[in-house]
Amino acid sequence: MPLSTALPPAETGTAEPVRLLSPEGQLVHSALSEEYLPVIEALPDERLEDFHRQMVLMRRWDIEAGNLQRQGQLALWIPSHGQEAAQVGSAFAAKPQDHVFPAYREHVVGKIRGLDPVRIMAILRGIDHGGWDPRETGNFHIYVLVIGAQSLHATGYAMGIGLDGASGTGDPDRDEAVLVYFGDGATSQGDVNEAMIFAASYQTPQVFFLQNNHWAISVPVERQSRTPLYLRAAGFGIPTTQIDGNDVLASYAVTQSALDAARSGAGPRFIEALTYRMGAHTSSDDPTKYRENEELAYWGARDPITRMEAFLRGRGASESYFRALAVEAEEFAADIRTRTLALQPPPRERLFRHAYTDAHPLVDEQRAWLERYEAGYGDAAAPDTGAAPAEDGAGA
Amino acid sequence: MTENLTMAKALNAGLRAALEQDDRVLLMGEDIGRLGGVFRVTEGLQRDFGEHRVLDTPLAEAGIVGSAIGLAMRGYRPVCEIQFDGFIYPGFDQITSSLAKMTYRHDGSQAFPVVIRVPYGGHIGAVEHHQESPEAYFAHTAGLRVISPATSHDAYWMIQEAVRSNDPVMFFEPKSRYWQRGDVDLDAASAEPMHRTLRVRAGTDVTVLGHGAMVATLLQAAEVAASEGSSLEVLDLRSLSPIDYGPILDSVRKTGRLVVAQEAPGNVSVGSEVAATIAERAFYSLEAPVLRVSGFDTPFPPARLEDLYLPDADRVLEAVDRSLAY
Repeated sequence: MPLSTALPPAETGTAEPVRLLSPEGQLVHSALSEEYLPVIEALPDERLEDFHRQMVLMRRWDIEAGNLQRQGQLALWIPSHGQEAAQVGSAFAAKPQDHVFPAYREHVVGKIRGLDPVRIMAILRGIDHGGWDPRETGNFHIYVLVIGAQSLHATGYAMGIGLDGASGTGDPDRDEAVLVYFGDGATSQGDVNEAMIFAASYQTPQVFFLQNNHWAISVPVERQSRTPLYLRAAGFGIPTTQIDGNDVLASYAVTQSALDAARSGAGPRFIEALTYRMGAHTSSDDPTKYRENEELAYWGARDPITRMEAFLRGRGASESYFRALAVEAEEFAADIRTRTLALQPPPRERLFRHAYTDAHPLVDEQRAWLERYEAGYGDAAAPDTGAAPAEDGAGA
Repeated sequence: MTENLTMAKALNAGLRAALEQDDRVLLMGEDIGRLGGVFRVTEGLQRDFGEHRVLDTPLAEAGIVGSAIGLAMRGYRPVCEIQFDGFIYPGFDQITSSLAKMTYRHDGSQAFPVVIRVPYGGHIGAVEHHQESPEAYFAHTAGLRVISPATSHDAYWMIQEAVRSNDPVMFFEPKSRYWQRGDVDLDAASAEPMHRTLRVRAGTDVTVLGHGAMVATLLQAAEVAASEGSSLEVLDLRSLSPIDYGPILDSVRKTGRLVVAQEAPGNVSVGSEVAATIAERAFYSLEAPVLRVSGFDTPFPPARLEDLYLPDADRVLEAVDRSLAY
């Protein structure tokens, strides 16, 4: 039987996702939202503005980085246009002591945790594979490009928290949890499923945060799953919630609640944020080959930033806030551009450095050989594998 | 003090010592807790150290290795057991794409001291996937160390050094040797560093080299050769990555001949690497080409054919004769 190329739409959910902010920017009062609205109502204006501000800065960063890629200054860019609310809300929900394991599109999460955005630009400019110390970046771990692999690293880390007795002590300022990001494509990987099995088995303090942006490069989510993805977690015995991922308030409130539960020792939680990748998968992709304009228009009308701006204006946010933010965004982008262009190639030593932690004779030999070769002492007798000293008797 | 232990008991004692010496050491794997492992290598350790030190995991190799990586990030030193050689492949991606590269990707800000124990090799008459020698895959991967003990003494000390290593270590245990007894010198001064190639029998005519269970076969071949008038020098490689070439070169410069033996298929194998490197570095000392004696380049056969597949002393001696004929 030939595979169907036009699958009927899969079920998107048995109920409405949790939504606190309507696409028009109004607070939603519903049976689902009532549990979370008090959390939002208790937030000061500055916090709500910061949700908006980070989304606006991220989108500006996206534009700048996309331009830099087209100008040949980055090998690749990975846009997050459309997913800002899912990322910003969940990032703000994590406490300083929590550990965050990203996939590779969570640039603004890193920024909120304290990572210098230029560290991400360095990856995409071919300077490093990551190379930061998570202890210096708000426990924001390095990117993982192997789809879903980070879910197991996060789960192991959360197992360690559990073994250390660093969750479930009843002290919410000390208890730790893990927040791990992945996408709809990753849910088909064995690693993500094994991570949920281990998490459920060891009742780890962690939150699985799925950004369902509906496309794994060119393959629609219907090809990954015939059941709503958040329901998968229930099969593993993990309490699970589906949210409107373009609603930064829902992302914040639901993630906070889930992390609180995880920190308290109640075991793992799962969140599916329904969102949409408005841009290409990466700068190497061409979504016009596989997506319809109608779909783009549907999601464009549900833009996360537009609705938050409407919400803030409805609450009386001043025009000066928006004006100042526009200026800040330009300065932020200009600073990223300047510092990205100033990034130097890695030192040659980076080629060998930390391939191993302890001394390693093969790497040491090859490093020494390259030094000799580079210094102009390489000659025809030197083997080009780089390792071996001269053979017996050669050159004698 | 010396104790006479099977290799399985020596490993058990070594793991016990590692657990006692550092409370960040964890054992994790399938059936290693209450059962003590299918080979009983971890017998009694969960009882004595608790379920928080010796973890029975779900049946998922990628899960075991991937979560061990996260535990290492948290400061633990996990020792994973893969139940059988042929079942390591579901964990292959986490080992090669994540574990091996993690220190490099972190530019050294974190070490990943994870040990992966793998019972490997044939001679036990088992069904498919239970008798393989997959070590070359891992020796080929930068960022991993790959070692294999041949004796109870080495098993006891090398597993402890592997746990202390700050790099990921693939620890291949020759399962046909699990039940063989050997003297274990408990004096730490007797421990040879895990990356050293050791000469285990001196000889003058041909150097024969192998690792794991093959070392016993080489010693057996050397006995036969001696009775026939040839003197074989036997080297135990012990570390498949990195390879300690010094003792191999010293030996080959003396004998002028080298035969490398292994259970694994010969194509693109550890033995191939040794042969190529010795040809590069000791060309003028060689009286004969370096010869390899390997498993055939077929899938591991049904157990009733394994004696035909696995190199034995006669196959080694056939290669020795060919070497001496040059």
